[in-house]
Amino acid sequence: MSEILLAGGAVLTPDGEVKADVTLSGGRVAAVEPVREGVGREIGAGRARAADRVIDLSGLVLGPGFVDIHAHLREPGQEWKEDIASGSAAAAAGGFTAVVAMPNTDPPTDSGHLARYISDRGRQVGLVEVAPAGCITAGLDGARLAHLDELFAAGVRVFTDDGMTVADAGLLRRAMEYLEARGGVIAQHAEDPGLSRGGHMHEGEVSSLLGMAGIPALAETVVAARDLALAELTGASYHIQHVSCAETVDLIRAAKAKGAPVTAEVTPHHLRFSDRHAASMDPVFKMYPPLRPPADAEALIEALREGVIDAAATDHAPHAAHEKDVPFEEAPKGVTGLETAFAAVRSALDPDPRLLFRRMSVAPAAIGALHRHGRWIEPGIPANLAAVAWDEEWTVEGFASRSSNSPFVGETLTGRVRYTFYEGRLTYELGNSGSRTPEVRGAP
Amino acid sequence: MSFLTTRGVPRKDLEELLDSADEFNRVLARPIPKVPALQGKLVANLFFEDSTRTRLSFERAARALSADVMNFSAAGSSAAKGESLKDTALTIRALGADLMVVRHKAAGAPRRIAAWTGRPVVNAGDGAHQHPTQGMLDALTLRQRFGGLDGLRVAIVGDIRHSRVARSNVFAFTALGAGVTLVAPRTLQPVSTGGWPVDATDDLDGVLGEVDVVYLLRIQAERGGLSVFPSLPEYVSRYGMTRDRFDRLPAEAVVLHPGPMNRGVEIDDAVAGHPRALVLDQVANGVAVRMAVLFRLLGGSG
Amino acid sequence: MSWPLRVLEDSVPLVMAAADVRKSLSRMAHEIVEGSRGEAPVLVGIHTRGVPLARRIASAIEGFAGSRAPVGALDIGLYRDDLASRPAMPLAATRLPVDITDRIVVLVDDVLYTGRTVRAAMDALNAFGRPAVIRLAVLVDRGHRQLPIRPDHVGKNLPTAASERVSVRLVEIDRGEDGVWIEPGAPGISGADGRV
Repeated sequence: MSEILLAGGAVLTPDGEVKADVTLSGGRVAAVEPVREGVGREIGAGRARAADRVIDLSGLVLGPGFVDIHAHLREPGQEWKEDIASGSAAAAAGGFTAVVAMPNTDPPTDSGHLARYISDRGRQVGLVEVAPAGCITAGLDGARLAHLDELFAAGVRVFTDDGMTVADAGLLRRAMEYLEARGGVIAQHAEDPGLSRGGHMHEGEVSSLLGMAGIPALAETVVAARDLALAELTGASYHIQHVSCAETVDLIRAAKAKGAPVTAEVTPHHLRFSDRHAASMDPVFKMYPPLRPPADAEALIEALREGVIDAAATDHAPHAAHEKDVPFEEAPKGVTGLETAFAAVRSALDPDPRLLFRRMSVAPAAIGALHRHGRWIEPGIPANLAAVAWDEEWTVEGFASRSSNSPFVGETLTGRVRYTFYEGRLTYELGNSGSRTPEVRGAP
Repeated sequence: MSFLTTRGVPRKDLEELLDSADEFNRVLARPIPKVPALQGKLVANLFFEDSTRTRLSFERAARALSADVMNFSAAGSSAAKGESLKDTALTIRALGADLMVVRHKAAGAPRRIAAWTGRPVVNAGDGAHQHPTQGMLDALTLRQRFGGLDGLRVAIVGDIRHSRVARSNVFAFTALGAGVTLVAPRTLQPVSTGGWPVDATDDLDGVLGEVDVVYLLRIQAERGGLSVFPSLPEYVSRYGMTRDRFDRLPAEAVVLHPGPMNRGVEIDDAVAGHPRALVLDQVANGVAVRMAVLFRLLGGSG
Repeated sequence: MSWPLRVLEDSVPLVMAAADVRKSLSRMAHEIVEGSRGEAPVLVGIHTRGVPLARRIASAIEGFAGSRAPVGALDIGLYRDDLASRPAMPLAATRLPVDITDRIVVLVDDVLYTGRTVRAAMDALNAFGRPAVIRLAVLVDRGHRQLPIRPDHVGKNLPTAASERVSVRLVEIDRGEDGVWIEPGAPGISGADGRV
């Protein structure tokens, strides 16, 4: 059994941040040994003789691996954009150890065998846990329930028609009632189709100047308000995906105050960019929900800091260059995000490490019921970890993802993923393109 | 350098372009209305959306400057066979185009083409965004009529929300000193007029007596499908330039329309044919303005 | 757009003073009338400094002959053969007050150098009509012709090196007094009044 010693990092334990040596063995954290000044190196040095590899984490923060509850891995059906292998590699490069794969594939993940195909492919690739999300409606048709029991049996815990909105309130209510008894969370892409029809960007000053049809913030808030009332009625766990505006934040805050089982996520790009960026008409700033005015971005940052928004999620949506490099109105929606998420959230919030890992690992793991992830580091937990250089500045370029439609290209961000460990194995190492090798053996 | 929008262009540059267009109008009035200025240059008209009159105007302008002209229209072309816009643009550049005139239904398409090809691009209409040569030819028409635009009161009437002409005119006219009022029902007004130096009203009859210029936009019948107004007759009853409304305008006021006109809808026959309807002056000025733009972008090393 | 006016250094050698310019124009005016054999010539100045020179010649003719010759202005910007190698310039007004067909047209410019400006001017004139005769009057002929063109009326022949600049200053356009100067130019850059 190979053993890796992670020496001298700032380790996020249940008791707080501790400078410690962490030993990984058998896919788990075997030991966490605080480093005492003066003798710390000796302990590490002693252990090193037993370990197959020692990795020096001095100056780095070691925390639970990130969990993305919202990524489009495009397999099956659109492998020219991404597949589970390339998407897993991108996730590992972003410090992720688990990814919830959205079900709007071709065919959509609306039945058990399709969900099992995705989790099996994820296991074969072996870089992150790929947890399939399942559709709420069959074939994403917005009319009939998907095979919810089959999906549940196949391990699906997140149910969503993401990309589309379950607009029929009666249908959504039945899905909530059914799943409330069964378990699992209903995740909604909240966008009223009547209000957003034909829209390409946030409806406001910029869209009016450009003559583009807009998507008002209201398209999100009317659905959110309705759904929160349904969640209250049914008692079902309800999750709002990619919150984009301040008004939705207020609705969530009010619902949580009443004790509703409600959670929410925000994407890193909605924290950093605004509709002012979309004014360039560069399709790399086109996504749904659209980038809102700067005041909304500020409200989202504050909500994520506060916890009104529980988690950051990437909405990683790869598109091939030939699809995205077209006029704005003809471009597909969505941007990639797995490889920039940590640094983008770190840069936007300037949080302490514990808060960041809570929003990017602990909370999303809880929402997605991914119990092997999102755990503060102590002996016995599955070794799903990320080591990050907290204050390193870097300029974004080049991706492990098959696509590079990222608005962060060329941006300078603070905080960089240096190592990712999935089930005790090193799955990513900055600057080492051979880091995808599933088994890492031998000391350097 | 490209000409993609009238928004944000300094007044001095707009005036210089109009001055130059005045000269080209004199060239066009000569016995031989042609100059050799752009001999050997190749102007490509890339029309991904039909517009015979705009294409003809650009073609006339390019030929009067002795440029060669290459026409590409989407129907029956490689675009219809699924070729990407980028590949089409790069192909046109490889064929030797020195400048591209681009009409496209998507806002920002001309700007993308300029970025892809590194060639100067003239925006001949992109979505509901801009049609800057239209804005300039309208400004020229008003300058000819009134001597200048300073203090002119202009009402732009119709489907402003979906109009690239309105956007081009608002920013050209106001930069040149005119005051603009947008007249339309709320559903045809821009959602936001933040950044637009204009007033807005839904009451055409309320402003008729105090404007120098009524600029009528074409009502596109296909918008009816979006239910932006109840019915065409109801639109006409509130916003149509009828003879009765025309008679209530100040004595010197003029009517402009970018064409093609829907007679009986936004403009009555009797108004369309009136000497104070400057529609054909607009068309004629279109050639001079486009000559000025082409000469500005190609008549020099940069 | 306006071109920045160049301020000449005191050390630059003056080759024609204001009085020299006046005398030369007066002589050229007489020559033009004699050469026209009783017909009234049309004076056409080439932008920029040819235009005031044409007006001055017309005034001089009026002074001694009693009748004023029609004066036009020509911008040759649309007829240049070197557009691609120059920055884009705004057009100046081209105005011909009379039909030039079958008339004697005298083109007037400040400096004759390569001859390309004059060639362009002749092309431009052809767009307006077919003159009986085109003559050329210049204040300074500095040599270095690149085309088979010669002036009919010259204020001053001024042998120069190609690297030198000849600068003409006229009160109508420039500051100060009339005058013509020769400036040493950077090698490889030649021209007068910005023309090549």
